[in-house]
Amino acid sequence: MRDQVKETSLIEIKSVSRLFPKGSGEDLIVLEKVDLTIRAGEIVGLLGRSGSGKSTLLRIIAGLVSPSSGQATCRGETIAGPPRGVAMVFQSFALFPWLTVLQNVELGLEALGIDSAERRKRALAAIDLIGLDGFESAFPKELSGGMRQRVGFARALVVHPDLLLMDEPFSALDVLTAETLRTDLVDLWIDGRLPIKSVLMVTHNIEEAVLMCDRILVFSSNPGRVAAEFKVDLPHPRNRLDPAFRQLVDSLYARMTQRPEPKLPSTANAGVGMVLSHVSSNSISGLIEALAGEPYNGHADLPVLAGHLQLEVDEIFPLAEALQLLRFAHLSEGDLTLTEAGQRFAHLETDERKKLFAAHLMENVPLMGLIRRVLDDRPSHAAPAARFRIELEDYMSEQYADETLQTIVSWGRYAELFAYDEQSETFSLENPH
Amino acid sequence: MMLQDFRTAVLRETVRPNIWDVVALIIVVGAMVLIVYGGEQTTQPLSALDTAPVSLDPSNLPLYALRTTLRMLLAITCSLVFTFVYAALAAKSRRAEIVLIPLLDILQSVPILGFLTFTVVFFMNLFPGKVLGAELACVFAIFTSQAWNMTFSMYQSMRNVPKDLEEATRSFHLSGWQRFWRLDVPYAMPGLIWNAMMSMSGGWFFVVASEAITVGNTTVTLPGIGSYVALAIQQKDLAAIGAALLTMLLVITAYDQLLFRPIVAWADKFRFEQTASGDPPSSWMLDLFRRTRALRKLSVPFAALNRAFSNLRLNWPTAWSGPVRRAPPSQLVDGLWLAVVVIGCAYAGWKTYLYLSATLAPSDVLSATGYGLITLIRVAVLIALASLIWVPVGVWIGLRPKLAERIQPLAQFLAAFPANLAFPVFVVLIVRYGLNANVWLSPLMILGTQWYILFNVIAGASAFPTDLREAAASLHLTGWRWWFKVVLPGVFPYYITGAITASGGSWNAAIVAEVASWGDTHLTASGLGAYIAAATERGDFPRVVLGIAVMCILVTLFNRLLWRPLYAFGERRLRLG
Repeated sequence: MRDQVKETSLIEIKSVSRLFPKGSGEDLIVLEKVDLTIRAGEIVGLLGRSGSGKSTLLRIIAGLVSPSSGQATCRGETIAGPPRGVAMVFQSFALFPWLTVLQNVELGLEALGIDSAERRKRALAAIDLIGLDGFESAFPKELSGGMRQRVGFARALVVHPDLLLMDEPFSALDVLTAETLRTDLVDLWIDGRLPIKSVLMVTHNIEEAVLMCDRILVFSSNPGRVAAEFKVDLPHPRNRLDPAFRQLVDSLYARMTQRPEPKLPSTANAGVGMVLSHVSSNSISGLIEALAGEPYNGHADLPVLAGHLQLEVDEIFPLAEALQLLRFAHLSEGDLTLTEAGQRFAHLETDERKKLFAAHLMENVPLMGLIRRVLDDRPSHAAPAARFRIELEDYMSEQYADETLQTIVSWGRYAELFAYDEQSETFSLENPH
Repeated sequence: MMLQDFRTAVLRETVRPNIWDVVALIIVVGAMVLIVYGGEQTTQPLSALDTAPVSLDPSNLPLYALRTTLRMLLAITCSLVFTFVYAALAAKSRRAEIVLIPLLDILQSVPILGFLTFTVVFFMNLFPGKVLGAELACVFAIFTSQAWNMTFSMYQSMRNVPKDLEEATRSFHLSGWQRFWRLDVPYAMPGLIWNAMMSMSGGWFFVVASEAITVGNTTVTLPGIGSYVALAIQQKDLAAIGAALLTMLLVITAYDQLLFRPIVAWADKFRFEQTASGDPPSSWMLDLFRRTRALRKLSVPFAALNRAFSNLRLNWPTAWSGPVRRAPPSQLVDGLWLAVVVIGCAYAGWKTYLYLSATLAPSDVLSATGYGLITLIRVAVLIALASLIWVPVGVWIGLRPKLAERIQPLAQFLAAFPANLAFPVFVVLIVRYGLNANVWLSPLMILGTQWYILFNVIAGASAFPTDLREAAASLHLTGWRWWFKVVLPGVFPYYITGAITASGGSWNAAIVAEVASWGDTHLTASGLGAYIAAATERGDFPRVVLGIAVMCILVTLFNRLLWRPLYAFGERRLRLG
């Protein structure tokens, strides 16, 4: 940890909300009344699922998105446009493919109007610091993913920002590369060699957050809110196998699987407005099989299961939730347990599986019931997707409505509950022969 | 180019010229001399054209080729400047976009040669008695054939700039001006260069067509290859036409080798891809300049100047790229703006109606439409025929990589070759064998544009995934089934791209192709092109306007009702990967 921890706040976020206009009716709330203070000398992590608004919050602080209400200040000044002294590292690296490593790193300095000699000196220093020596004249496409992200770091560090923002900086990298880059960064931070005061990082990787952060804010989804705050007091360098580390990871998992109280929809079509994350029927079958088999025998600890199946948090959570929704499994306190139906599913042949899946789909997913009802009622036994999209958009953003429709189409096709024509976007009861 | 070596200790040695410097210097100085020499000619009074008329002496051809090439260079420069300004305006301002983009769409389908009538008169009046006026009219005609697709490409690139790079420029405080030169322009570069090359290819056709032009009583003959050919036709001199063809061949080769290849090779770094791909394009010319020593050092101040220019801290007016747009754009202003646009359009439409109805009767509209339909049938039949021939050939070539490598540049070269230079050959044949002009003049329309179909199909077949071919082979798909289930769907998107270009080009060529002559023999095929050409020769402006309007409408309908749906279908269903 750095010694000169001062109790001055760099960023103040006070009850900030962000709305996005929706196709029809009310706006969609992505971020609701969030408070956050970032002080000098700390690494803060925003942990949450996709759609929890954590990236939006990061972009509000970066001055790339404006809050719909509430107050966001940087060193006491309201944030309107990217503030000075804040630099960002992107998930996709965001390097300019037509500029060399050196030119990419110098870019931020050029924008500040720093003269060329000084520019060169600082850029070379940053390149040196981040371990890119010898790559100065290479173009990004000649580099591996890890090296590219190092350029991303050098470019952000060279402007000597007070606050470094990182938007899932390691999630586009393979496991080994990501780990090396994380430890390198943490080492530089502990040694106080980074020309920055604080770091704010967005992640959906629980272990990464525990490994790097001093403070972790867990976000809940729909709408995005700060659900809990965890302090990490473990000394650096942290050991993933340390029992205290494991315990913290477990409690974060438990916190993230806790479902918020479901809001009761006010209209008659109760439950139709449920967002269905896109999970393929194959993955569902695969997870049920894995869970039913050895060594789990129908019951698993999510972090262990995720590790074993090599799934990211962002992948295992939607899957586990789909199982829960379809009543093939229970999800609580970070544990996943197969139901009786789930056990039966694991041992059935393809056709029987489809029948069981169809029954659970009709029973537990209101949208599927609605689609079947409409198709049965209409003389033509056909209905355009737009009919349901419009209804979905009363409850969710266009993007979610699309994803939900996509999911229901893939599930419905697997269960052979309807046919769907992609070209004309029509549901029907006809079966191709 | 950047100063890569900043250790002064070795500077003394590296600045000493090497052999490449000498070669490069000769090329640079030679190009400058030619440009200055060619430029001087344009400032002469118009009467000079009469005292030194175009002559068929082949020794004049190099000078004529130079003049023609300079016109092309000037036009492409104008097109570039226009593209930057117009595309930037359209991409950055929502309100400008409402007007500029539909306008561009229409301009794209206007028959360029129809413009000549008005522009010649306009520019001649701008510089009365000077060659410059006629030169500018010619350059303007080429410009109108080049600018639109380049502008569209740039606009589309600017609208599709990757979001993360856009956020990075904002996050690192780049000004609007810096962003334009550091992000928008480089990102648009590959598409822009490809379109510029296409435009250049098309441009040769128009420069040749517009050098010798007659509007009413005014006849202007600018020294150039086009005028040379026009004179050769008048004097029935086949040898001169052969010499002109040869010269053009050399000019286009030189243009390709000395200008475009180096640019394409240089611009390879702007291609937006995260991984290095196969063979990058190469150019001996670029390699030559990269090997020079002294010249590179000399270029450093220019590079620094260029850098300073692109680093100016200018910003767009805040409403355009403001970091956060707090208030939604005012609906009132939008409404007002829309009203202004609608009223403007209505007024222009009313004026046109008044102008045309003063001299024209409804029967004129009917006959123009009738001619239009004839030309429409011609274009459709020709495209179908060309497709029947070139699609199988293109597939055959494209599936043989070694062959494709050699044929592809040839097809692109043929597309650049101004087909109107070859028209006389056809006319001679038609006259000699007494063929029906209505039928046999038609192939001229597609003579220059059919190659677009060929080289696009070759590109499509070359890109056809090997695994799919192997799968087809292992499933024993052969014969018709192989063509219709495997290959044709695979090359369809490419074919459509080529066919759209070919059809657009054929409409334009109609104005020159439906009327042809050899000495005193004049052949005319009835059609809209001949209609416009005849009206132009008579100086009958209302009928020129009518003809252009009808062609515009037909081309737009043709595009909207046929090509766009096909293109969308191909992109949606048949795009591989």
